[in-house]
Amino acid sequence: MAGAKTFEVLSPGIMSTVQDLGRFGCARYGVAASGALDGFATRVGNLLVGNDENAAVVETTLMGLRMKALRDTVVAVTGGNLQPRSDRDLLPLWRSKLVREGEIIGFSGPASGFRAYLAVAGGFKVASVMGSRSTNLASGFGGFEGRALRKGDILAAGPTGDPVRFADRVFPPEAVPVYASPWRLRILWGPQDDHFSEEGRQTFVTAAFSVSPDSDRTGIRLNGPAVGRKPGLDESIISEGILSGAIQVPGDGQPIIILGETASGGYRKIATVVSADLHLLGQITPGDEIRFEAVAMETAVQALRELQNKIDKFKRSLK
Amino acid sequence: MKSNVDGVLRADGIEGSSTGRRHAPLRFRPMGDRSFLVELGEKISPDVNCRVQQLMRQLQDAQLQGVRELAPGYRSLLVVFDPLAIAPDHLKERITEIDAHPLAAGLTPAKQLTVPVFYGGEYGPDLEAVAAQIGISTDEVVRLHTGTVYRVYMIGFTPGYPYLGELPAELAVPRRRTPRTRVPKGSVGIAQRQTGIYPVESPGGWQIIGWTPIELFDSGRPLPSLLEMGDRVKFEAVRPVEI
Repeated sequence: MAGAKTFEVLSPGIMSTVQDLGRFGCARYGVAASGALDGFATRVGNLLVGNDENAAVVETTLMGLRMKALRDTVVAVTGGNLQPRSDRDLLPLWRSKLVREGEIIGFSGPASGFRAYLAVAGGFKVASVMGSRSTNLASGFGGFEGRALRKGDILAAGPTGDPVRFADRVFPPEAVPVYASPWRLRILWGPQDDHFSEEGRQTFVTAAFSVSPDSDRTGIRLNGPAVGRKPGLDESIISEGILSGAIQVPGDGQPIIILGETASGGYRKIATVVSADLHLLGQITPGDEIRFEAVAMETAVQALRELQNKIDKFKRSLK
Repeated sequence: MKSNVDGVLRADGIEGSSTGRRHAPLRFRPMGDRSFLVELGEKISPDVNCRVQQLMRQLQDAQLQGVRELAPGYRSLLVVFDPLAIAPDHLKERITEIDAHPLAAGLTPAKQLTVPVFYGGEYGPDLEAVAAQIGISTDEVVRLHTGTVYRVYMIGFTPGYPYLGELPAELAVPRRRTPRTRVPKGSVGIAQRQTGIYPVESPGGWQIIGWTPIELFDSGRPLPSLLEMGDRVKFEAVRPVEI
């Protein structure tokens, strides 16, 4: 079913793309997951407006996105506080709100975090490609015409019946994540931690790393003391599958946290960010400081369960 | 069981035969709380790569609960799962069991593709430098590159990008010192004992020796990638006028 024209892009800002929770099952064709980098904010945003958690949203980075509503609809902005504004009314984060035809919403810049998510009742209507509505920027497919949004693009949303019934829902403030540097990211060692020297491993979990301006949707590049590998090992390894959160260390010893746009790689991975902290990766900003804390598998799974419990509890409250 | 269709290549898929040949035990390397690499060998070899392919097919067929993605590499299979849906230890046990009972039918036959390539000049800006570095003529580089039938060891880097091996030892050259920020779509590159084709314009560090008009990836096709792991590729030198 074709959706109704819902928003016109007046300015795309630094970078805005259509994303869902990612594309799975196509890694054997070299197709990475892509998807919203802050999956938690995406899920909550969709639930606020009455959607399935995996509906397509607009992910916008840093500042500058402005969109005009082409009909009355209900939206929710979640994720980083990029200071969303409406030309008519307040536009608070983490709650759903009715916007009127002609109303203009915009993002003026970060007070905290790096990426904001705009969910709309019915979900942004773009074709599902290989099982997902996420944008694959490297190959130019999925999302909105396989690319970042541009001025003049018209975004459609799915049918909702009467969206007003989803307005003014609130995600509990105590459950809203805190996005603040210095970041403390929990990691599990591996898959190739044994390729690093004891000193290299110590450096990794004791040093403060700063986030390089070269960071983008493919990876968060870090600057800090070099994380050394064991002597006699080559710079690269035989290429293998990879996923977001894996932390690779190239020859120069400066770690890179892999995000969602890479399906394989040939560098050693010293550690991997726990699933419960993955959503934070979408909010890390160039110039921020990061420290890594090694945890046990049970701790990581328990943390993920707690995050899932927040979502489940919220879902129950909506019924 | 022969899995090749061209009748020239060595028999493949032996690891999957009902003779049940013994091989190295699986090694699991955790990648976070939601995935692990299952390593099936240490080195790049057709046999190890066949085992990866075989295990992937078996896991696809098994449709294990909680498994979200299978990403094959040269010598390993990355298994991504939901740790709240299946315990990692339980999944490891299941995979070990499944690996112990190889497919009776073996793998489906691989296809062989002949890829036309314009070598050198504006199509292959690194051809002359590669020839000079090795100390042979550019014709000899082309003769060696087209003289081998390559196995698709994996698809990765960008959608549809085939990692092909093994390149004749004489052609083994390192990656470019400084990677290019833009390698044109269709570029044919070599690096160490590998060769590959860029399906889309992307950054890249391989030495570019030619170009092909073949469309390797189309997200609108039912099978988006023209090549799959285990397929065979042979390059053929052509001149632009022939196409």
